Amino acid sequence: MKLRLLLLAVLVVLAFGLSLIAGKFWIPLSAWFSPDPRWAIILELRLPRAILGLAIGAVLGLSGAVLQGYLRNPLADPAVVGVSSSAALGAVAAIVGGLGASQGVVFACAMAVACGSMALLVALTWRAASAVQFILAGTVLASLSGALTAFLISIAPNPYAVAEVIDWLMGALTDRGMDDLKLALPFMAAGAVLLLFTGRALDALTLGEDAARTMGVRLGRLQALVVLGTGFAIGASVAVTGVVGFVGLVVPHLLRPIFGHRPSALLLPSALGGAALVLIADSLCRMAPGAGEVRLGVAMALIGAPFFLALLLKERGASWR
Amino acid sequence: MALSFEGLLVALSGRPVLHDVTAALRPGRVTTILGPNGAGKSTLVRAAVALVTPQAGSVRLDDRDVAALDPRERARAIGYLPQDATVHWNVPVAEIVALGRAARRSPFAGPSPADLDAVTLAMEATHVTALADRPIHELSGGERARVLLARVLAGAPRWLLADEPLASLDPAHQIDLLDRLREIAAKGMGVVIVLHDLLQAGRVADDVLLLRDGRLLAFGAAADVLTPERLEAAYDIAVSVGGDAQGRPLCVPLGRR
Repeated sequence: MKLRLLLLAVLVVLAFGLSLIAGKFWIPLSAWFSPDPRWAIILELRLPRAILGLAIGAVLGLSGAVLQGYLRNPLADPAVVGVSSSAALGAVAAIVGGLGASQGVVFACAMAVACGSMALLVALTWRAASAVQFILAGTVLASLSGALTAFLISIAPNPYAVAEVIDWLMGALTDRGMDDLKLALPFMAAGAVLLLFTGRALDALTLGEDAARTMGVRLGRLQALVVLGTGFAIGASVAVTGVVGFVGLVVPHLLRPIFGHRPSALLLPSALGGAALVLIADSLCRMAPGAGEVRLGVAMALIGAPFFLALLLKERGASWR
Repeated sequence: MALSFEGLLVALSGRPVLHDVTAALRPGRVTTILGPNGAGKSTLVRAAVALVTPQAGSVRLDDRDVAALDPRERARAIGYLPQDATVHWNVPVAEIVALGRAARRSPFAGPSPADLDAVTLAMEATHVTALADRPIHELSGGERARVLLARVLAGAPRWLLADEPLASLDPAHQIDLLDRLREIAAKGMGVVIVLHDLLQAGRVADDVLLLRDGRLLAFGAAADVLTPERLEAAYDIAVSVGGDAQGRPLCVPLGRR
């Protein structure tokens, strides 16, 4: 198990390296070890982007693994909690309101709406602390945020704002710099720490909510950890990159045959796997032919949707209920 | 460590399910909880592990209210085997059994030698050692029931509460599981089993707690409670009570009254 984790970590390092080297403009390894003007590209453009990709992939993979464990359902991902769509709503509101020029304001609006929506989710489900309530409330919040986002787009004052919103919603790591990193990393780190504390309780939930309660698990506390953790981590990641889907869904699945089904055993591998997947996908996005870039969110959906369908077909009538 | 119900009154969604149940269960014995459907058997057990909150009265572990205990402390004292045997992830048997140590481990620490020993012992006691590496979803119903029992035993609780553990087991596995529970009680653990099957109840019980409509009809030694009159009062059926080779009551339902 340790060896597999190590191999996954090596994969992340390689993907990180690839992300620094690859792009429309390749920077060969020889340039790394000599005084070379191309260092500027690495340091100022690619390094922040690679770190951000690493962090976003890690929190997406981690929160996917946590939510699948919490809801005991392999089809769960951060989107079911409604946090991605509410963070997106906040950012879109800022852009449509003409505040899109300041990334700090967009970030703050996205985080504020994401946290508000998570607080609402906790308030709605606090008494019951049951997975069914949680998924229903999360789904309603997600559709409400989606509807409000569409409403804002439809009343946008000019086509430029609409274009900006749509561009942003597609999710990308393009042109993200150190400032974005400084805004988002503390929230992502805090969220990830909260999520890592859920492992033991998620394992107990394997036997159902009643059994878990009698095994000493405080379900209310677990739910608060899950909601706050995903709220901070995914809220911050959506606030700087837009919506990148499917990572949280796909990564725990890919890793389950390798690391086993026990939820806590999947947390760290899913973080590493998510980081590797986003870094590789983002590098591929940059290498795509043509003047522009394929959007990361779009690329992920293109990979993720067929995967999701195959999963549904395979698990039709299988053991999860 | 004594487990007792004191004037327990439980209502679910406003409907009273248990009225004023008072009984002091004894450790080192098998107590079966009997009664017709809807008598409140499961609710009584669920109250004992604080899954339902009583409106009045309490469940006490020695002198302490079970509902007021820290959840981890309660989990270390009372193991609960729910009726629902669903295991959501296809985890190897040894990892399922190790979950029984959850309330004794710190958040990020690996298993201690004591944890590993307890898991090994629990798997031996339930005869699942040979299944250790098998994924749980590949097991038969009987094997799965033994694994889930091993999970509870691994936590080394003072009390074991099992809600209808025989459901979906064939007679051979029913007898096996009840024999395991008797062995465990003989070693000093308090064992409480909710049962439907009067024959099996007679085989396994030292004490019987008989419920009807949420009220305690009788509580005491099996030979005193498992009488035709009491069982008729509880179930509205005619029951013939004989004795088996070991002198234990053999209750055979004859027909409706």
